[in-house]
Amino acid sequence: MTEEVSTLRSMILAAWVLGIFAVLGTGLVALTFNATEERIAANERAALLANLNALVPADRYDNALTEDSVQVVDPALLGTSEPVTVYRAYRDGKPVAVLGAPVAPDGYSGSIRLLVGVYADGTLAGVRVLAHHETPGLGDAIDVSRSDWILGFADKSLERPTEAGWGVKKDGGIFDQFTGATITPRAVVKAVHRFLLYFRQHRDKLFAKSTPGGLEASSGETP
Amino acid sequence: MSTVSYSQIVRDGLWTHNTGFVQLLGLCPLLAVSNSVINALGLGLATTLVLLASNTTVSAIRRWLRPEVRIPIFVLVIASFVTAIELAMNAFWHELYNILGIFIPLIVTNCVIIGRAEAFASKQSLPKAALDGLVMGLGFLIALVLLGALREVIGQGTLFSQAHLMFGEAARGMTLHVIPDYRGFLLAILPPGAFIGLGLLIAAKNAIDAGWQRKASQKTVNLQEIET
Repeated sequence: MTEEVSTLRSMILAAWVLGIFAVLGTGLVALTFNATEERIAANERAALLANLNALVPADRYDNALTEDSVQVVDPALLGTSEPVTVYRAYRDGKPVAVLGAPVAPDGYSGSIRLLVGVYADGTLAGVRVLAHHETPGLGDAIDVSRSDWILGFADKSLERPTEAGWGVKKDGGIFDQFTGATITPRAVVKAVHRFLLYFRQHRDKLFAKSTPGGLEASSGETP
Repeated sequence: MSTVSYSQIVRDGLWTHNTGFVQLLGLCPLLAVSNSVINALGLGLATTLVLLASNTTVSAIRRWLRPEVRIPIFVLVIASFVTAIELAMNAFWHELYNILGIFIPLIVTNCVIIGRAEAFASKQSLPKAALDGLVMGLGFLIALVLLGALREVIGQGTLFSQAHLMFGEAARGMTLHVIPDYRGFLLAILPPGAFIGLGLLIAAKNAIDAGWQRKASQKTVNLQEIET
């Protein structure tokens, strides 16, 4: 009888100890979260803005770029069935540029996430790679910290080069491939080209100030 | 309770029982993150901080620990500290966090930490447990940085590349181009390079140990000769 009671007692005691530590641990995490929440959000905004400004310089627009975006869906031209965020830059209320994050789904090892900036007249402000899993030393030359290749997209448009030029040199296009890696640059070139096509088709809707759900419906028509 | 001297703790953590080279615990982060010195340093520091905090806490609460629930409590303590450090890192070293992000939560699963809590901190006084956490972490950090340096020099020909992620813009110039115009040796950066590099470092440590042992035994032989 007494043995049973003492077992019960120690069980309850153990539960109390565990419960108290659970509360203390959660409290520590909650406090840290509270203390860092604002700073983390600010960091993320700053990192995003730095990425955007690298393509469209801050002195070319005057709106709050990170807060002015639309969500668009177009699996065929944007390379993903997920909604893609497109940021819109204006100056004095006039369209300056859009910055979208399309995906190149056919990289050498999985998808390559891009950030593509297009000026209102359809020329490219530039392209950057946001995330990729390409082979280090070969395919990762698409990353601006590894090589200047990606800078070659600036000032290109659907007319310059023409349709046939939008490929790597191996395929008859004007863009360099890398030694030992053709698949990666080919995927990036194609994804940038598709984003330009998307921009041409949806330019006015992308820049329209109020977009009450209008863009979600656009499906993957090809020109 | 066995008593361990402070110098013994330091020697064990840094050399005799080095977690990276001898105990071979926490291999997953060790191999995955050691492709450059800065990455290695970042994860090493985070791990050291967690070890120090968890060892100290576990030792401080050892009187109230119930043996039935001690393991869940260790896990709770460690997980809380890791989450707190992850948030702090995201706030103060955002770019580095982007690189190491997925490995920080893995610190929870690093067996070194729960191992030290169970085997050492829950039985020792607070200063000893804290010191043990610190030097065990430093031992892991040294293993990480050595392997990171080896792989970075062979793989890219540089040292401290991307130092600005950790030390701010001023450190951009810290990058050392050890081998100028180096084309890179891919194998060292890829995962197999991590295994080969770790193997070489363990072999080097064992060779040094063997050398010391030989010297020590020679000395005793000499002493015996003098005595006789």
